[in-house]
Amino acid sequence: MSFSTAGYQLAPVLPELVLAVGAMALLMLGAYRGQETTRTVTSLAVVLLIVVGALVYMQPVGKQVTFGGSFIVDDFARFMKILALIGSAVTLILSTEFLSDPSRRIFEYSILVLLSTLGMMVLISAGDLISLYLGLELMSLALYVVAASNRDNAKSTEAGLKYFVLGALSSGMLLYGASLVYGFTGTVSFTGIAAAATVSNVGLVFGLVFLLVGLCFKVSAVPFHMWTPDVYEGAPTPVTAFFASAPKVAALAVFTRVTLTAFPGIVSQWQQILVFVSIASMALGSFAAIGQSNIKRLMAYSSIGHMGFALVGLASGTVEGAQGVLMYIVIYVAMTLGSFSIILAMKRNGQAVEQISDFAGLSRTNPLLAFMFAMLLFSLAGIPPLAGFFAKWYVFVAAIKANLFTLAVIGVLTSVVGAYYYLAIVKTMYFDEPAGQVDPVRIEVRTVLAVAGLFNILFALFAGPVVSVASAAAKSLF
Amino acid sequence: MTTWPILSVTTFLPLVGALIVYLSRGDDEAAKRNSRWIALWTTLITFAVSVILVMRFDPANPDFQFVEKANWLATGITYHMGVDGISLPLVILTTAVMPFCIIASWKAITSRVREYMMAFLILETLMVGTFSALDLVLFYLFFEGGLIPMFLIIGVWGGPRRVYASFKFFLYTLLGSVLMLLAIMALYWNGGTTDIPTLMHTAVPRSLQTWAWLAFFASFAVKMPMWPVHTWLPDAHVEAPTAGSVVLAAILLKMGGYGFLRFSLPMFPLASHDFAPLIFTLSAIAIIYTSLVALMQEDMKKLIAYSSVAHMGFVTMGIFAGTMQGVAGGMFQMISHGIVSGALFLCVGIVYDRLHTREIAAYGGLVNRMPLYAMTFMVFTMANVGLPGTSGFVGEFMTLLGTFKVSIPTAFFASFGVILSAAYALWLYRKVVFGALVKPSLASMKDLTFRECLTLFPMIALTILFGVWPKPVLDMSAASVQQLVNNYNSAVTAVKAAALLQ
Repeated sequence: MSFSTAGYQLAPVLPELVLAVGAMALLMLGAYRGQETTRTVTSLAVVLLIVVGALVYMQPVGKQVTFGGSFIVDDFARFMKILALIGSAVTLILSTEFLSDPSRRIFEYSILVLLSTLGMMVLISAGDLISLYLGLELMSLALYVVAASNRDNAKSTEAGLKYFVLGALSSGMLLYGASLVYGFTGTVSFTGIAAAATVSNVGLVFGLVFLLVGLCFKVSAVPFHMWTPDVYEGAPTPVTAFFASAPKVAALAVFTRVTLTAFPGIVSQWQQILVFVSIASMALGSFAAIGQSNIKRLMAYSSIGHMGFALVGLASGTVEGAQGVLMYIVIYVAMTLGSFSIILAMKRNGQAVEQISDFAGLSRTNPLLAFMFAMLLFSLAGIPPLAGFFAKWYVFVAAIKANLFTLAVIGVLTSVVGAYYYLAIVKTMYFDEPAGQVDPVRIEVRTVLAVAGLFNILFALFAGPVVSVASAAAKSLF
Repeated sequence: MTTWPILSVTTFLPLVGALIVYLSRGDDEAAKRNSRWIALWTTLITFAVSVILVMRFDPANPDFQFVEKANWLATGITYHMGVDGISLPLVILTTAVMPFCIIASWKAITSRVREYMMAFLILETLMVGTFSALDLVLFYLFFEGGLIPMFLIIGVWGGPRRVYASFKFFLYTLLGSVLMLLAIMALYWNGGTTDIPTLMHTAVPRSLQTWAWLAFFASFAVKMPMWPVHTWLPDAHVEAPTAGSVVLAAILLKMGGYGFLRFSLPMFPLASHDFAPLIFTLSAIAIIYTSLVALMQEDMKKLIAYSSVAHMGFVTMGIFAGTMQGVAGGMFQMISHGIVSGALFLCVGIVYDRLHTREIAAYGGLVNRMPLYAMTFMVFTMANVGLPGTSGFVGEFMTLLGTFKVSIPTAFFASFGVILSAAYALWLYRKVVFGALVKPSLASMKDLTFRECLTLFPMIALTILFGVWPKPVLDMSAASVQQLVNNYNSAVTAVKAAALLQ
């Protein structure tokens, strides 16, 4: 076919095509068979995500470009896609209980997650500003609806609306920035921009700043984080777990790709922005979390802080930095999914409990759950030998190499502040008197928790292979 | 030489024990007894394995022995273990103290015994690992990882203000260590590896030496602890259960001194030389000031905690004197203090178990009811004072001797510590043990049980043995200390000579 010879091969987008067609098929199934298919659709969606993940895994090593350069499949993209797919699949598994309630049998939920994941995959592979925007909007629009999926709950609706309004605003900024960049470089493709943007001029920097604002919003970095705590608290817990994992992967991936492949010529321009954003995120994430009493709100601030740490790696603008970002996001996803599976497991008499005080004495009522959560919290605080330490090691080691000493020192100091509130939860679980029995934990939540928890505790044993994969993926960007 | 990874076995055996304790389910009395026995046997076997280390150790060889190396993280970070004359005594100290900790907790800990034993066993793995790691990242892993079990030990089984104490302990130590982490990263980029033996022979630029030294100092000074960052220690000691205090005093504090010996002196000799006056000042202040503070204490554990800070002052002073006597004395003082302070905390624990108070004023005249206890306590009090014939004397004397060659004022002020320590230790002993037994609550005090004798008598033997015959410890570390001192002095003189030529 002449189509394929002109740089429009379909093989690189095969996983995306399968996902899109599969999602449509499941939508038809649900539409014709009604809401009682929710369970079937959810299971099939998980299977679909696994199949797509396998397809991504089987794609050849090395860089493939299609659609005239707007779609890139390289090691970096494959790494991030598999991670995003894992995040989506696991959150769908965690949603089983939420969807089993008769009042919430909504098969569209799984379809929306699938479509959002499709958006993420496009976003991760984006090779120009158009496909970036396309992917971003597909991802976000689905997320807005999912946030409000608990229709009868005012808070959930509020979360969805708030997310939508602020998200639309940030999309607008991103578009404005994209148009400025296009105007000053004459191209939308990242390689073209990189070739044109070798010296900074005011218009280009303006465009860059607006572009970064839009991306900061998606990764919920300070000062564009305001939506995060409300949305995390308001949205149903499985949805919050989803928000905290897969979309963050995609957003961080595109953040990395845009800065490193489209603007490598003006590193000094975006580096100072990123240094500020990451310091602000780490500081706010640590200090603001101290006063929280709701565990989901606390996790929101925690994720703001963690994005700040991940951006430390990016701020260095080197291959080590990119590797740091990759390591950070892998470990972050595992820690987040583990933590949220514990929050999901916390139920008393069938009611979900979300206050930190509800965790009191958990080490005596459910020792294993408490132990796993304590390990996850120590890991989030970055204490060795748990996984979170390695995440911090790789981003800070990159920052030190790039001579960003101030950033590194402030970063590690905020991590000590952050340790305080994680410790406070451990204290509640281990030092305080029990606040009553918790319900038995469902099997799927237990499975997720076991996998995430063991990954977290035993990470030091298999860190070597993960590091080499991340290193190869990071090199593919340069 | 060795066919099996003996050092890794010593390190990870307690972890295996912890897993076995975890697998022995149940909450009844039988399960508690099982976990106690499993923990005891694990620590004893670990000790036995570490004795093999001593027997196969070649004291004439100053380099690392029992070296194990395996790939771990890509790019210059490996799983590298090994011991030399500086770390081996501390490894033995750790494995030797642990069984005593388990026995001391036999009756005192009645709730959540399984978790308690697991925490101690995991802590032992991390402590042995800290002393035998030969890679900076691996070292940091063990060094910081120890915070988690210790935090839980203080927080779950501690006294009334345990939450405050555990948080203070954790955050204080973490704050110091994260700066060290950054310095480790800087060294990694400077040398391309985190391998400790390689880095010891890698030249570090002068400016990096200064910053890295300060960052390492931040961590080790807190851990040691040196004045003025010692304030977490009294709180942690007072609130921790007896065995927790023993581990803290006997082993965890030594990590600071070990860090100075392993990293600061060999890797940053010039910065160490530049900052030696700072260390001398802080050590002298620590020795005099904390001894005075100890005089004012009403709580027995707090008094011993402050006396620990003073004794650690001798260690830092000796180490940074950079002379053979000073460094060897610092090394010996660490071992001696490990035994003596550990035993003193055990002594306090014994009366605490009976009366449930540590107020000095609540006691008096114990000699009438507990003659054996009075005798035991006497030995350790004298060792704490530094009476000739006890191990405490050797360390203090050698560090003073070593420092005298370098800085006479420091040695002069530090020697006041010897007098002051006699004041507070004897005062404590008189208040608690001597006098008439008038308080009715003391009338039914029982003397040492067989189990308590089992923990204390070996320590008495060691205290006196090392006091009259310190040779085994000194010989074990002599070659490594000699090499360290030689390298340090040649680095310093080389720079001085270069400065003269200019």
